[in-house]
Amino acid sequence: MYNASDLRKNLKIQIDGDPYVIVEFTFSKPGKGQSLYRCKLKNMINGTQFERTFRAVETFEPANLREKKMQYLYEEDDQYCFMDTETYEQIYLTEDQLGDAKNYMSDNLDVEILFFGEKPLGVTLPNFVDLTVTKAEPWAKGDSVTGRTKPVEVETGYALQASPFVEEGEKIRIDTRTGEYLTRVKE
Amino acid sequence: MEETWNLARKRDALHIRAAMIRAIRRFFIDRDYLEVETPSRIPGPAPECHIDAIPSDGWYLHTSPELCMKRLLAAGYPRIFQVTKCFRGGERGSLHIPEFTLLEWYKSGIDYRRMMEECEELIIHVARSLGHEGKINYRGREIDIQTPWERISVKNAFKRYSPVSMKKALQNDLFDEIMVSEIEPRLVGTKRPLFLYDYPVVLGALARVKKTDPQVAERFELYMGGLELANAFSELTDVAEQRARFEEERKNRRESGKAPYPMPEKFLSELANMPESSGTALGVDRLAMIFTDSASIDDVVTFTPEEL
Repeated sequence: MYNASDLRKNLKIQIDGDPYVIVEFTFSKPGKGQSLYRCKLKNMINGTQFERTFRAVETFEPANLREKKMQYLYEEDDQYCFMDTETYEQIYLTEDQLGDAKNYMSDNLDVEILFFGEKPLGVTLPNFVDLTVTKAEPWAKGDSVTGRTKPVEVETGYALQASPFVEEGEKIRIDTRTGEYLTRVKE
Repeated sequence: MEETWNLARKRDALHIRAAMIRAIRRFFIDRDYLEVETPSRIPGPAPECHIDAIPSDGWYLHTSPELCMKRLLAAGYPRIFQVTKCFRGGERGSLHIPEFTLLEWYKSGIDYRRMMEECEELIIHVARSLGHEGKINYRGREIDIQTPWERISVKNAFKRYSPVSMKKALQNDLFDEIMVSEIEPRLVGTKRPLFLYDYPVVLGALARVKKTDPQVAERFELYMGGLELANAFSELTDVAEQRARFEEERKNRRESGKAPYPMPEKFLSELANMPESSGTALGVDRLAMIFTDSASIDDVVTFTPEEL
């Protein structure tokens, strides 16, 4: 159970049976008045948002969330399939639920799947993933004068800026938190 | 390492804060105020429903120096000021920190109207000492500090900005919510600082009731750049009424399941000797936010509790 004074940005609570994440939070207390906890809440299942002001006396259920290690298998018709490698249980997430994470979904990638009860809600990625470059302009002498990066595309179809020395067929490491190129990976 | 960087980043703000406090002292010393220090640890704060004191070995850390300073007024010190750390439990946000610095000053022989003018004079003096002539830039807006500043009663602010009247808001227990979500955001838009005055009596436990309108107390809040900066009263000097108001606040605290505070008997017994006076409590950290153009109170204190 949370008290109003526990409320803060990114806290996940349960309201009317649904999990919500606090996306904006303001503590206010007008002079001689009571403490007010203003929250913008986002429904973690359907994405709808609303604002509500809570008072100090209110209490909140933590959202019944858990994470489970699963492996990415394949994508079909915007459904992304993941499998528990111990039980062989499979679940599906939509492209919307994945968000930017879809840029990093290479076969057999180990991820954490976030569940609300039995319902999968989203994916937590490792901070770094290694992906194979499928498109890169060949590097020509003199090119580097104009810029220190060039556009490349990786196996998932994600396009980003990378070092001008990166070639097709090579693996590169990407920071999934920023979406940015980090380094070439020697195999 | 991160902490060290935070402290290095605050260097300019801490210099401005120190210069600001020097200017505040200069203002009051030049006007023949006596700087006083009253104890931080006291048997109990003034009983107010929504202010929570932090317990300290059977007593409490003071939430403001109000009771002690009024006892000094009653003992014949007509002009006193104090810059002191105060403590309020459970208050944390971009404008709140449980240990904060309050400037509190009292002057006998004046009422809250005259006190508004003294607030204007103080802020203009401090601004000038810090090199601001006529205006201050805060969070991308210009605050025009030329006098007279704006003055609007709470009743009229509700008429102008709230879907319901002040009376209705109080009856439905929505006064604070409307103040925060409907009225305060509108006050950010005023170019000059603003005095919001004449609060409902229930929201001014130590303020004198207005003779011409017994629903309200002679209390004002000063807003500047959208920040609630200072609170002031024409001080209540009627002992019987003060006792009754404290009883009411203590009852409210009991009903909301909060710790009871002892009745401040010594203060009450000396209150009869207190002359007509007015006093202001001003948030020094918030004033420093304005002069350093900071978005958060964290930017103007050396350490936040989270950094300790």
